[in-house]
Amino acid sequence: MAHLRGSHRKGREPVTATSIPHAPGFFASETPRVVTQRFDYEDGYTFERAMATGAYEGFKTALTRTPSEVHDEVRAATVLGRGGAGFPAGVKWGFMPPTVWPRYLVVNGDESEPGTYKDRLLMERDPHQLIEGCLIAAYATGLSQCFLYVRGEMPLAHERIAQALNDAYADGLIGKNIQGTNFSLDIILHWGAGAYVVGEETALIESLEGKRGMPRLKPPYFPAAIGLYGQPTIVNNVETLSNLPWILTNGAAAYTAIGTESSPGTRVVAVSGHVKRPGVFEIVNGTTTFRDLLYGEDYCQGIRDDNELKAFVPGGGSAPWFTPEQLDVPFEGRECSAAGSMLGSGAIMVMDETTDIPTAALSLTRFYAHESCGKCVPCREGGTWLEKILTRVVQGRGTSRDLDLLLEVGATICPGDFPHASSSDLGLDATPFPYKMTTICFVGPSAFAPIHSALTLFRGEFEDRLIDDDAAGAIGVPVAISSNPTGEEAS
Amino acid sequence: MAAQSDETQMSFFTTENRRLADVIVARYPKRRSATIPLLHLAQEQHGWICDDAMIEIADLVDATPAEVKGTGTFYEMFKFHPVGKYVVNICGTMSCKLMGADELMNHAEQKLGVAVGETTEDGLFTLEHAECQAACTEAPTLQVNYRHEYRVTTDDFDRLVDDLTAGRRDGDIPAHGTLARIRQEIPANRAVGAVPPEEVDGPPAWLPQEGA
Repeated sequence: MAHLRGSHRKGREPVTATSIPHAPGFFASETPRVVTQRFDYEDGYTFERAMATGAYEGFKTALTRTPSEVHDEVRAATVLGRGGAGFPAGVKWGFMPPTVWPRYLVVNGDESEPGTYKDRLLMERDPHQLIEGCLIAAYATGLSQCFLYVRGEMPLAHERIAQALNDAYADGLIGKNIQGTNFSLDIILHWGAGAYVVGEETALIESLEGKRGMPRLKPPYFPAAIGLYGQPTIVNNVETLSNLPWILTNGAAAYTAIGTESSPGTRVVAVSGHVKRPGVFEIVNGTTTFRDLLYGEDYCQGIRDDNELKAFVPGGGSAPWFTPEQLDVPFEGRECSAAGSMLGSGAIMVMDETTDIPTAALSLTRFYAHESCGKCVPCREGGTWLEKILTRVVQGRGTSRDLDLLLEVGATICPGDFPHASSSDLGLDATPFPYKMTTICFVGPSAFAPIHSALTLFRGEFEDRLIDDDAAGAIGVPVAISSNPTGEEAS
Repeated sequence: MAAQSDETQMSFFTTENRRLADVIVARYPKRRSATIPLLHLAQEQHGWICDDAMIEIADLVDATPAEVKGTGTFYEMFKFHPVGKYVVNICGTMSCKLMGADELMNHAEQKLGVAVGETTEDGLFTLEHAECQAACTEAPTLQVNYRHEYRVTTDDFDRLVDDLTAGRRDGDIPAHGTLARIRQEIPANRAVGAVPPEEVDGPPAWLPQEGA
């Protein structure tokens, strides 16, 4: 059993390693590992184990250099943001106006994209690595206070981070005049309370200000200019920051030697659904393909029961779907976009041949309709109607016009061509990511993404459950009236 | 209950929690940022968020009670009516759906004798549909008071309910409202302290001045 350091408040039972089940799901592979090395230890989250395995060495290296040298090192490593957008962290840091103070760091630990759970493991199993990343970022860019915003539904992550912070404070690694230098930083653990949209960085800031978590109007596009309390603010994802200790310890050159020039380093991905060995893996960025992941011995070892692969979601619930034709697309942002989807948050959900596609699409559309914050009408109303209409179709109460209506409602959220994968069976060419949108954030388009993919690639499965107008009238279902007055089929 | 007079006004928070609340508020450059942490503290003390709690929190964070309620009602974890000792959230998003979440939910409704969204008559269980719980490889999943249970079969569910009812999980699953049982504690001699942004007029000490 792991021993926990630090003082517990009197009267409260100390939490032991056995009181909460060990987080399963991670499998170590042969590839170079940057952020999951401490996952090899069941007690990797404790201060003793972390210190015995090189924790805070990267930060101590940073302290021997000037802040701008540290910033340059991170910029040279080209750490692409791991939250979904994939924007380089070093460049994002540079967007802060040079003369406005104070500046803040907000850590986005509100992970809740369907299919995604890398940040939860990084917080639960190596909180010291994350704290070290926060220290490096704050030192490099002059951030005066750090807020670690953790999703409310992750009490284990809270407990581990709280203990890690207490231990690091007690050891002089956080707080006033760290390690005897003039660098000072408070890191405050903050709680979310259940809202997917708060993962959007301006909504995260609103929430941290004690308000409803609704995304802010843009521009400004980056809170680096105007963020928390109207001050320059860096919002970085947990995995992004967790990369920094390794980079400072081993150097940017070692980091860029892993992966490709455009996508260096590694990624932590979660593969779930109909595979033999669902799991979380650290993979080489840019070169690992979806085929490697789904079929490789190191990874998921194939589709369950040796079934045929029908489709997969490559980058979290918001991402347009891929079919077996895209298996050889590498885990690289631009290639994935060109193929008609996005890498997003490193979450792959796999559907085998037995999958009922309309039901699968509905499970995602319902999620986004449910999670709409209500600020933008196309998302609030559109998402709700997409869910209602699709539910009707799934339940065998829809008519043929419902399918066109789904696309029409979707077009009010995302006008123009929606990204999709190519399909030689259907004679489709890929339409690259991203899309146009009428909403502030990506929740609205995400409600439409699974419907568009499913209808484009598997329209027959929807048509099979439609009923005609007479049958619909007989069971009292409202018959959809298309806004297309000529009554011609949408093309 | 409304206060009878200023003389006899009772505070919502216990003495210890009021002390904790003051500590939490002081960590933020602006008090309002403590709204969500204090709502969690109130729910930990009371099991759900009552009006008295919001009135006292408003006072602590320099907001109106309506603003506190406006913030609180945005977030799913805050309950504004009594719920069971155990809130059971069954995930229904894609990976769990693909791996049998519907069957699990149907079974849960039968076992507990309530429909989703309802609380059992003995006040022990509230059953809820949940969205992605970030444990997708271990589908289907559920959380009891936000503690994960993985790859839950219908037999597992029955055992879980029986164990909770008999108090056999008291050690690892506290009553609804309590999240983390370890709190962040910043030693006074190590804390930098939060400063309102308008009181900061230059770069921090370790950053060389531009052009210096």
